Amino acid sequence: MKRVLPGFGLSLGFTLVYLSLLILLPLSGLAFKASSLSFEQFWNVATGERALAAYRVTFGASLVAALINAFFGLIVAWVLVRYPFPGKRLVDSLVDLPFALPTAVAGITLATLYAGNGWIGRFLEPLGLQIAFTPLGIVVALTFIGLPFVVRTLQPVIEDIEPEVEEAAATLGASRLQTFWRVLLPGIFPALLTGFTLAFSRAVGEYGSVIFIAGNMPLISEITPLLIISKLEQYDVVGATALASVMLAISFVLLLAVNGLQWWAANRHHGKERVSL
Amino acid sequence: MSVTFRKLYSALVLAGAVVVVGAAPAVAQTSLLNVSYDVARDFYKDYNPLFQKHWKEKSGESIELKQSHAGSSKQVRAVADGLEADVVTMNQASDVDFLAEKGLVVKDYAKKFPTNASPYSSTMVFIVRKGNPKGLKDWSDLVQPGVQVILPHPKNTGNGRYSYLAAWGYALKQPGGNDKSAQEFVGKLLKNAPLFASGGRDATTTFMQRKIGDVLVSFESEAELIAKEFGKGGFDVVHPSLSILTEFPVAIVERTVDKKGTRKQAQAYLDYLWSKEGQENAAQNYLRPRDPEVLKKYAAQFPAINTFTVDEVFGGWSKAFPAHFKDGGTFDQIYQVK
Repeated sequence: MKRVLPGFGLSLGFTLVYLSLLILLPLSGLAFKASSLSFEQFWNVATGERALAAYRVTFGASLVAALINAFFGLIVAWVLVRYPFPGKRLVDSLVDLPFALPTAVAGITLATLYAGNGWIGRFLEPLGLQIAFTPLGIVVALTFIGLPFVVRTLQPVIEDIEPEVEEAAATLGASRLQTFWRVLLPGIFPALLTGFTLAFSRAVGEYGSVIFIAGNMPLISEITPLLIISKLEQYDVVGATALASVMLAISFVLLLAVNGLQWWAANRHHGKERVSL
Repeated sequence: MSVTFRKLYSALVLAGAVVVVGAAPAVAQTSLLNVSYDVARDFYKDYNPLFQKHWKEKSGESIELKQSHAGSSKQVRAVADGLEADVVTMNQASDVDFLAEKGLVVKDYAKKFPTNASPYSSTMVFIVRKGNPKGLKDWSDLVQPGVQVILPHPKNTGNGRYSYLAAWGYALKQPGGNDKSAQEFVGKLLKNAPLFASGGRDATTTFMQRKIGDVLVSFESEAELIAKEFGKGGFDVVHPSLSILTEFPVAIVERTVDKKGTRKQAQAYLDYLWSKEGQENAAQNYLRPRDPEVLKKYAAQFPAINTFTVDEVFGGWSKAFPAHFKDGGTFDQIYQVK
């Protein structure tokens, strides 16, 4: 097969070298360090009480935050694409702010807002809802940093859906819910999953913003990255890499599962199209 | 799709181009790099010009002084990994011990300079709300139910560890005190902590700005900085009956001074910390000077307080660290699920 653009070998080589240097090399360094532990030692570090509690907090909070982002991010993206309104460009660029803001700044700001005397916290605390320095605070921070991933993934996809599609659905007698559920969502869903995955993975690795709002109490609001730092404080690099590789393994399996789901969703969607032809 | 060997070959050529050979930078002026802990920034910002002037007068050589500040254990790890520090100035002996273990610093670094190689000291004090509404006078008041104590993470931060050991040492010195009663005491103290701040400054912000907690346990030197930042009106400083003496060891990094030929300058740089000027500078930065005369001059700023050292009560950091702060140490035991 003759390609239109030359340089396939060169660009493939570049891709391989680049990915190896940037991703595979550090990761294999990680695996190498962790492998200096015996299996029993590794198991003890990886399944300690504090470690298990921290996995629950980290992955649980990340999952909740990513779900919140998927739901509200979809609404934000839809509004930003479909409706013209004054100040739209400004709002649009606001979405990127969590990308650009140093995470520590985000964490300190959120902690100040949600603390008992903060702008938001002072209204919630009398209701018995404490957010700063509890696991809820972690969810808040992770929701903040994850939002742009969902919105920016969805926007181009929603732009590609012609408004006429909705009109066609309506003229063929579909209710509003049916239009959304059977016509719009199947097209958006793969991108929504991607956005969800990105927000989730970003949240799992987040450290800077979380430690300022989490409270960092052992077994309650300690995230795994904090435990890793704790190991490094003890100059226990090997223990830290053991925890890191567990995180990596769990994340990898989850990402793989989401990719599988995406593949299935895409296939199902296309399968239907073929039937309808 | 066919990828020929020729094409992969071109990929290899590209890979070769990625390898860059670094050249050693040329040094024109003698310079020293001081790798230090986070909050020493202000101290050395004032100290460096003093030394530059002193060194110029003494040797005629003008010297460039570079500073690096971050969390102390991060800093020593960077030095161990190759950061070319001429001297390290830390806030905990365990960090310098780590470098001594790696052979970068002489084993008996604490004897190479006066006063345990720590040019100044500080201690852990209580910062309470104005007028001390809960009447908190001593460590035993901090473990009472209903008192909220703010301190940085005892396992992950230097001042958190000092706070922890201060309370532990206090409990040990009570009548009938032993390791078991001390652990119970510290356990009660930690139960009164609604959160563990991620660092000293974070703890201060939580206490002063977010108004969380009844008492903040912190360095005496930090109390003065809070006054500068938030004004004197909002809080009182309470000196407990007994506290821990915190030391700030300094050392020459052998590997770097041998390589750069800067031993003479590095030695003078650290020696000068004990001079009258260096000691005055410490006092002005609210760190307790070691020189009795200078201490006397600033006596109003530093009320007398009974202190114990980590060496006296815990047999040094090399014993205290594994016993209390390594995984499975007393801190972890307090948080075990029963």
